[in-house]
Amino acid sequence: MGYKAKFRVWRGEGGEGALEDFVVEVNEGEVVLDVIHRLQATQAPDLAVRWNCKAGKCGSCSVEINGKPRLGCMTRMSTFTEYETITVTPMRTFPVIKDLVCDVSFNYQKAREIPSFTPPDNVKPGEYRMQQIDVERSQEFRKCIECFMCNNVCHVIRDHEENKPAFAGPRFLMRIAELDMHPYDVADRKDSAQEEHGLGYCNITKCCTEVCPEHIKITDNALIPMKERVVDRKYDPLVWLGSKIFKRPGSSNPSGSKAG
Amino acid sequence: MDIERHEYDVVVIGAGGAGLRAAIEARQQGKRTAIVCKSLFGKAHTVMAEGGAAAAMGNVNSDDNWMVHFRDTMRGGKFLNNPRMAELHAKESPDRVWELEAWGALFDRTKDGRISQRNFGGHEYPRLAHVGDRTGLELIRTLQQRVVALQQEDERLHGDAEAYIKVFAECTITTLLKQGPARDAGISGAFGYWRETGRLICFDAPAVVLATGGIGKSYVVTSNSWEYTGDGHALALLAGASLINMEFIQFHPTGMVWPPSVRGILVTESVRGDGGVLRNSEGKRFMFDYIPEVFKDKYATTEEEADRWYNDQANNRRPPELLPRDEVARAINSEVKAGRGSPHGGVFLDVSSRLPAAEIIKRLPSMHHQFKELADVDITAEPMEVGPTCHYIMGGVEVEADTGASSVPGLFAAGEVSGGMHGSNRLGGNSLSDLLVFGRRAGAGAAAYVDRLAARPVTPDDVMRAAEIEAVAPLSRAGGENPYEVHHELQRTMNELVGIIRKAEEVKEALEVVTKLKERAAATGAPGGRIYNPGWHLAIDLRNMLLVSDCVARAALIREESRGGHTRDDFPGMSAEWRRKLLVCALTADGEVSVEEKEQPPMRDDLFRLFDRAELSKYVTADELADYDALVKES
Repeated sequence: MGYKAKFRVWRGEGGEGALEDFVVEVNEGEVVLDVIHRLQATQAPDLAVRWNCKAGKCGSCSVEINGKPRLGCMTRMSTFTEYETITVTPMRTFPVIKDLVCDVSFNYQKAREIPSFTPPDNVKPGEYRMQQIDVERSQEFRKCIECFMCNNVCHVIRDHEENKPAFAGPRFLMRIAELDMHPYDVADRKDSAQEEHGLGYCNITKCCTEVCPEHIKITDNALIPMKERVVDRKYDPLVWLGSKIFKRPGSSNPSGSKAG
Repeated sequence: MDIERHEYDVVVIGAGGAGLRAAIEARQQGKRTAIVCKSLFGKAHTVMAEGGAAAAMGNVNSDDNWMVHFRDTMRGGKFLNNPRMAELHAKESPDRVWELEAWGALFDRTKDGRISQRNFGGHEYPRLAHVGDRTGLELIRTLQQRVVALQQEDERLHGDAEAYIKVFAECTITTLLKQGPARDAGISGAFGYWRETGRLICFDAPAVVLATGGIGKSYVVTSNSWEYTGDGHALALLAGASLINMEFIQFHPTGMVWPPSVRGILVTESVRGDGGVLRNSEGKRFMFDYIPEVFKDKYATTEEEADRWYNDQANNRRPPELLPRDEVARAINSEVKAGRGSPHGGVFLDVSSRLPAAEIIKRLPSMHHQFKELADVDITAEPMEVGPTCHYIMGGVEVEADTGASSVPGLFAAGEVSGGMHGSNRLGGNSLSDLLVFGRRAGAGAAAYVDRLAARPVTPDDVMRAAEIEAVAPLSRAGGENPYEVHHELQRTMNELVGIIRKAEEVKEALEVVTKLKERAAATGAPGGRIYNPGWHLAIDLRNMLLVSDCVARAALIREESRGGHTRDDFPGMSAEWRRKLLVCALTADGEVSVEEKEQPPMRDDLFRLFDRAELSKYVTADELADYDALVKES
């Protein structure tokens, strides 16, 4: 069953590098990451690649295969012909440390900028009561394995380094939506989503949804509803008036899902 | 050479469930805490856990309580568990799960809005809090986000998010530092390197918590990721601590067997908990033939009764597919050996004929996805092929149950790297709860230890120098042995000779190979530079894998009985005498592994009495049974 495949792999560090050609054995049932590992073991012992679970659950081995963001462990070799040259490069949006490994600290920085889950003071651990239907929306977003391919593919930052400070990226805008839809979260996240985390930059091209290995409907289920919540707040005349006259009404309803 | 230095109160090595819970606790108790992990933050092996966290909350069946959970755990471990650990675990796991919910976790719900609980092998009642079949991801993400929440709090209070808790990701610890060479000299820090830059790094700290997980990468067929190289086990040994129960390795009964590149990847036990059945090539549900004597009264003997159990657990016994993992793994092994296996050397696990497709996708989304993407198998339409895979080591650092303290002052351990809690076999679902319960306890133990210290310990210069030389040695042997080849040979050896079924001659052969591989490992070289050089990293990890494999093989040779995760072909029976003995591995002054027998701590009277006499008589000696009788008479 085995054959020799042609691979072109990005090699380099410190901002320098080039594609290097390899001819490498491929066996039945293998994925791209298996082939990268074979290169390490037989031809390039210092070839750098991130990986952990090799089962599509940890989101470590994000690379670009023939220009498309993919998990190396979930891309089967059988999806290519035996004659095709397979090009593997690091994610483009983040700085390369070496070979296929990027500096993804942007994502951890953004994670820290999103205010954490904020439950009401009067509910003790063990007292939480939620209906399945009310947790399912946020549960979908919590399937995220943080492969950061959505942030990698998003054109707001893929080709615009200058947008990075003001834009959390689909991953963390989805995190805001997840918390906003959490039945017990009492923080008001609508204004900050727009003003501090750059929700307005998203023009719903759905690239993030397309690359999501967990098939989370990031755009339809997280970003668009979040945009609607922001708009409802902004253009609802009663809310506007209220916010002028009284202190801004936050969602202080401790149980049951919030409006939206 | 330029070495980065940091000062902390507590250094936690490992950022899986146990490590993060320990770090959160240490930080909550006001200690400056470092989390050091080999991967990126949030990628640790805990994400792989599927089924759930066992906690006797009684949400689904109100008859459940800590005593039932305690009994199940001891029974699953074949009574070799440290009873105090099993007790603390059963009592505290509900609080640990509820706490996660208050930190933002979203578990699946019951109809009345509580945390839903599912059935699992060896658990008498539905007990596992879960989120579909991705519970580990929920657990690690929640803890990760809790760390971030604490950092946000520190940012507000001190203007520095990393003032009290900082994550050092992609950083490997190679040596624990001590105040001196004596076995009982206290911990003074930890030494290692940044994977990204190759820069050396030293943590000066009076307390270290090991939370490094397991050792699966010593085996070819394993559900474990590359990180599982037994680092904590080896670091503890080298620092003078001891390991117990190293002969007990859990082979999960259901790993994928095809295609070859995914061999070993886990198929969650929830498939069986939710109705999936095991069949051989003749279509027979063979588990009915493998119910061992000690479990005869608890498992259904006919398919009809087994099937009724899913809907009526009060009046039926559970299906034998839900026997503890060691039993199921051995049964599958026997079927394959008898020529009744599936085409790729496993057996069939079928849920497609048992549940509607939509229900399968809802309950087992990751499994559906995994088989579709990796094996081109639609589990809603056809059976899966599965076989045993190296999954978990019950053995680990010998610790004090209440604090996680090892015999080395300042060294603590929690989670898979610690030993005792699970005895000879761990029940599914008891790992996630173990991480939370003992992670918290080890973090608190370390914090209390630091409070008791009169002065901060100091690492002698020669200790630092030795750590530095060892860490960079493979880089200077550029023409040396290929570390990948040494690793592959170790994996094959352990898989074939110290695997699921063991024989004295084979284990002896493995020990000879390990000795030779140790010499080869010492000569491995890593071409290339210091920046993210996986060859160098593997050359260093090999030392740990070989030390741990040595312990596993030696203990496996000495224990002449079969119990839980240790099956000897030449000693097939379980022995009540051996139940009283633990095998303790340590390093001698010249670096050799020594194994000594030690008496298992007895069960406290009130715990002993939780069991009935008929059950105890299957496990304990006549003397112990007489003690039990006296106890009962007294009351």
